[in-house]
Amino acid sequence: MTTYGIFSLQNCLKLRHCAKSNSNFLRYCSNASTSPKHYDIVISGGGMIGSTLACTLGKNSKLGTQRILLLESGKPTQWTVTDKFSNRVSALNQNTYNLLNNIGAWKHISSVRSAPVHNMQIWDAISDTVITFNQETSSQVVAHIVENGLLLDAVAKELSQVSNVEVRNEVKIKKYTFPQGNSQMVTIELANGEILTSNLLLGCDGFNSQVRQSMGVTFVSWKYDQKATVATLKFSEPVKNVTAWQRFLPTGPIALLPLSECYGSLVWCTAPDVADYNSKLSEEQFVNEVNEALWKVYPSNSIIQESTKTLNKFLEWFHLPSSNRQQLPPKIVEVEEGSIASFPLGFGHATHYVGHGVALVGDAAHRVHPLAGQGVNLGFGDVSTLNELLGEAAYSGREIGHINDLREYETRRQRHNVPTMIAIDGLHKLYSTDFLPVVLLRSLGLQFTNAINPLKMAFIDHAGK
Amino acid sequence: MLQRTGRCSASYYKNIIKPLVKLQTCGLQNDSTADKTEVKHFNQIRTGWWDEMGAVKPLHSMNKLRVPLIREGLINTGLIQKNFISTPKPLTNLKILEVGCGGGILTEALARLGCCITGIDVAGELLEIAKEHSASHPSRENINYQLTTIEKFAETNVEQFDAVVASEVLEHVDHQEQFVEACVRCLKPGGSIFLTTINQNLLSWFLVVPVAESILRLVPKGTHHYDKFISPHRTQKFLEHNNCRTRLVHGFFYNVLTNTWFWTSNTVVHYAMHAVKL
Repeated sequence: MTTYGIFSLQNCLKLRHCAKSNSNFLRYCSNASTSPKHYDIVISGGGMIGSTLACTLGKNSKLGTQRILLLESGKPTQWTVTDKFSNRVSALNQNTYNLLNNIGAWKHISSVRSAPVHNMQIWDAISDTVITFNQETSSQVVAHIVENGLLLDAVAKELSQVSNVEVRNEVKIKKYTFPQGNSQMVTIELANGEILTSNLLLGCDGFNSQVRQSMGVTFVSWKYDQKATVATLKFSEPVKNVTAWQRFLPTGPIALLPLSECYGSLVWCTAPDVADYNSKLSEEQFVNEVNEALWKVYPSNSIIQESTKTLNKFLEWFHLPSSNRQQLPPKIVEVEEGSIASFPLGFGHATHYVGHGVALVGDAAHRVHPLAGQGVNLGFGDVSTLNELLGEAAYSGREIGHINDLREYETRRQRHNVPTMIAIDGLHKLYSTDFLPVVLLRSLGLQFTNAINPLKMAFIDHAGK
Repeated sequence: MLQRTGRCSASYYKNIIKPLVKLQTCGLQNDSTADKTEVKHFNQIRTGWWDEMGAVKPLHSMNKLRVPLIREGLINTGLIQKNFISTPKPLTNLKILEVGCGGGILTEALARLGCCITGIDVAGELLEIAKEHSASHPSRENINYQLTTIEKFAETNVEQFDAVVASEVLEHVDHQEQFVEACVRCLKPGGSIFLTTINQNLLSWFLVVPVAESILRLVPKGTHHYDKFISPHRTQKFLEHNNCRTRLVHGFFYNVLTNTWFWTSNTVVHYAMHAVKL
């Protein structure tokens, strides 16, 4: 066997030599290698969702022997820890935290940095009504603020140790061909002419998903007349930074998320022309604009003032928490150089997440407004459910990627995603107006929700799921 | 075998031998518990056997319940080695016999979990479908189909199997006690027998015969007969007579609208039973 091995190695070397000297031979070689390579699962898109999905499926012992391929169009990213915080951050809920913890990626994140959010304060700029979410016990957090780059790097570290997952970077895909029935395979044609086959293709390629477009499913979508501006901000003094602040202005919500004692991350949704104007301002002017957005007093209507005051008295009479105990966000003094960026916002939902041999995951299937910090969490929720269902299918002797299991995934996720998305879109619409009756109703509603603890907990529970 | 046949009632001969004249026998002997009219019936529904939305679609969706039943049952009795639990092949190193495997819907699912499985049936045409379908199965070398009766098979396979499965079979055989006895004979001591079948009462008859067969057409007409339905107590009695201890009796129910089965504590229509040979 050994001699045979050496012999074939020598042959190989000879062949390579031949190949170098003869380009026709090379062409022959590449033609000969076009018999399609097969993978059990192909994941398209190596972003946060795609990489985490690859790592989660690769580590699922019930899926053990499945051969998984992760295709990413970009170059492998290198994350280096600097004092500077990245301006792209995510608020991860408890379920996402559990998922990252289970696949072993969280330890890489916590060894670098992440900021827990224990409190949330959301208030209406026009009526000054407030809702607060506090997790009294310190072990329970509302969310963890993590830089996207760090998260991706942590998952990549774990992924490199999973032997049955192969990662290919800088891959462009020419065409996907989907089967018409069960027990057939998806064909993936790469831009370099290589053809791959797979039992299951998972599209994690973002809201412009090529997989979704090839599937031809209806994508209900619209653009919000808003752009989000992000930036890393420095406070005037170190604070115990465990609160996420969000203020609903008539032009859109502005949120300040904790990063460290002295730094916070800004997500400011506003009209596109204002956002573009803000991005071009000098750093000093930008800080002024942010402070004004956080602090500016809006002329309030006396009807609203009287109504909210009356409801507050009524709530106090019942010994329920009233919402006039508003805490103040930290004062901003500086913006991190080069951290200001803005991007357009939109809503999108695929009416079907699955087809024969294919499923959409994350932003490829759904896109939401960032006002509730739920977009990425919905995607990680997809990952958890898909992982659970595929594992159970394999453990029960079913073929991987069977349409029934995929439909179950679709049903379970749409049952969670659709109400969440409608609620987020509804909140956006509710707070985009300064029409008096609407402002009045939303203010009273917010006060009422704030006072009734079980109602508040129900919101937290749903967002954490 | 002849001795046992001798004990059988005269009506048995009337029921069996008469139709036997007209039927292709698939090499069956008179002493078999297999009912010839049933065999003919099942041979006729060969088309669409592997179509999950076809003639036997409830059998396909039932896998979601019965595969975990068998897997978890074998884990609980300790037959599955610890290091195979939660792996894609939990049934590795186990020998399983499936009696009445038909077109191999359950057989293939179990084979995918790593066991060495023998499927026997008396419906030759269904077995042909099973063989044909398993030719492209990734674990095809672990699947072995035989056209034989359980009585004949048991003669040469005493105490050979870690588990015997007879799913949705008991309600199609004559002389259910003999059938159970032959199944248990193939089982190693400590091995498990898994049965799923239909309870005998008016409600189960109503839901399975007029509703499922005639109105909803979930399964072909004439698939089920009330006199062959069997109550859990009788099944349990047969198992106890054959030195088996019942570990589990659990009801399950079919949701017609979603084509899914679900467990319920109520055994009034369908039930599953797991017993261990002492």
